[in-house]
Amino acid sequence: MSLALKTPSEQVATGRAAARPVVALTNVSKVFSNGTMALSNMTMSVRPGEFVSLLGPSGCGKSTALRIIAGLGAPSSGTIDWPSSQIDSRGLPEGDVGFVFQEPTLMPWQTVFGNVYLPLKLRGKPKNAVKDQIMETLALVGLQDFADAYPRELSGGMKMRVSIARALVTKPKLLLMDEPFAALDEITRQKLNDDVLKLWAQSGLTVIFVTHSVFESAYLSSRIVVMKARPGQVFADIALDPPLQRDDHFRTSETYRAICAEVSDALQAAIVKGGGVHHG
Amino acid sequence: MADAVDRDLAAAAPLADDAAPAPVPARPSGVPDKVLRIVVPLGMFCLAILAWHLYVTINEVPHYILPSPVLVAQALWNDWGTLAPALFVTIKITFTALFLALVGGVGLAILLVQSRWIELALFPFAVILQVTPIVAIAPLLLIYASDTQTALLICAFLVAFFPILSNMVQGLKSVDHNLINLFELYGASRWQTLIHLKIPASLPYFMAGLRIGGGLALIAAVVAEFAAGSAGAGSGLAFRLLESQYRLNIPRLFAALVLLTATGVAIFALTSFISWLSLRRWHESAIRREN
Ligand SMILES: Nc1ncnc2c1ncn2[C@@H]1O[C@H](COP(=O)(O)OP(=O)(O)OP(=O)(O)O)[C@@H](O)[C@H]1O
Ligand SMILES: [Mg+2]
Repeated sequence: MSLALKTPSEQVATGRAAARPVVALTNVSKVFSNGTMALSNMTMSVRPGEFVSLLGPSGCGKSTALRIIAGLGAPSSGTIDWPSSQIDSRGLPEGDVGFVFQEPTLMPWQTVFGNVYLPLKLRGKPKNAVKDQIMETLALVGLQDFADAYPRELSGGMKMRVSIARALVTKPKLLLMDEPFAALDEITRQKLNDDVLKLWAQSGLTVIFVTHSVFESAYLSSRIVVMKARPGQVFADIALDPPLQRDDHFRTSETYRAICAEVSDALQAAIVKGGGVHHG
Repeated sequence: MADAVDRDLAAAAPLADDAAPAPVPARPSGVPDKVLRIVVPLGMFCLAILAWHLYVTINEVPHYILPSPVLVAQALWNDWGTLAPALFVTIKITFTALFLALVGGVGLAILLVQSRWIELALFPFAVILQVTPIVAIAPLLLIYASDTQTALLICAFLVAFFPILSNMVQGLKSVDHNLINLFELYGASRWQTLIHLKIPASLPYFMAGLRIGGGLALIAAVVAEFAAGSAGAGSGLAFRLLESQYRLNIPRLFAALVLLTATGVAIFALTSFISWLSLRRWHESAIRREN
């Protein structure tokens, strides 16, 4: 299957010139109560329309960074700015962020529809008013026929799609994904990768995508941020400039191989520098 | 014997069907599984009563030692006039106590999980009340309460209250942390998190508390009445049971016992049904495994 996706390169290019960042982290540090320094002086900004992968060894603070961006747990120092959004009383952009956890994190007592309705329900939107919006979002992830199913009746990949639909239903500007497909098999993961790319290309979303996988990041991203551990920091920032078509063809291309090699080297260097060598 | 073999075959056939990958044909003719599931326990029960009857008649056991089921049934019929009001009193106490325990248990549980300080402050009282055998304070309650029935009610309430409280606290605390994060992410208020997340998530725990509490409320209502032992128009089944014993009216004692058991079974069935009804769509405990 060829999705014939184009990186919205023009959008990114003009975005870079014109638009302010969607989110900007400046010298963000996070020290947990047990003394662990998860992040130290992390600085990074993400521009509209980018697909940024956060890549790094386990424990380097990728999840911590993502949570801080989402407003789950304040940074110990440093600032997070939303230069292009309205800020609500909690210091978060109004309804502009969607979050996909590593696990589907669905409410087992709600149907697929009920789970996707949740973010809107919490905003006080009556069910009837947003029914179409929810069904559209479900159609986007190919689950329109499963609106009345309960999570336990779905496969792992389908649950993940529900989770993605729930994150998308508020039409966020920024989608944060924390190793969303780590627990899935290769084929399902491939399929969902393509789906996410398609959504990204269609909607002009900005995505921050945490992953362990060099190959996944090379396939998906318009930019790869490699992090190093102890303390967590940005180690390398690799922009993948050319307008790449992400499809099966791309996966076997020389360009893809070269990107993987470059990213892999950067990751290796980050591991050596951070001392975060994995045994096993 | 041949019948039993047939039945065995009928039971074994579905297994063979499961193993075959080909389209499964209709169930093999014979007694459907559903009917069997009702017939087998019911038949067993009737057999037990029959055995009881045969034992009593063959050994000529005097009816003041062990009455036959027929005599018990007769007593139930003849003494219905005295037993029915007693049954009503016991049921009323049990259900009022259970209802109050549900309201109190759930209410207090929600209060407790709101803040660690409230929990710390109330914790000693909860432990003291829980470890004290409530029946032991029944005599005290009988002095303090304005009438016996109120004392019985308080007793049954206290006994049913704690399993509901502790189950509910446990349930409210075991909510998936990622879901709590999700609610926080979407700016849910405390109230929204309680209504849309914490309470539904703790429903299975609540149901466990309800089933335990329902059974305990009846037991407590009976035991407390034993302790009270008062006569009068407002006495329950436990008193009728004691009274029958004093008068050596053993068939009536058995009849009272049958009514108590039936009440217990009814409460069990009702609470199990409510539990099944509310969890059947999503919770593992109420779902038939299909793999
Ligand atoms: N709640 C916490 N309390 C204390 N330390 C924590 C907490 N959460 C994370 N850490 C520590 O912070 C560091 C970064 O954790 P984080 O979960 O962000 O890593 P990660 O890059 O997402 O790792 P992985 O790829 O394995 O998910 C780790 O050393 C971890 O032990
Ligand atoms: Mg992580």
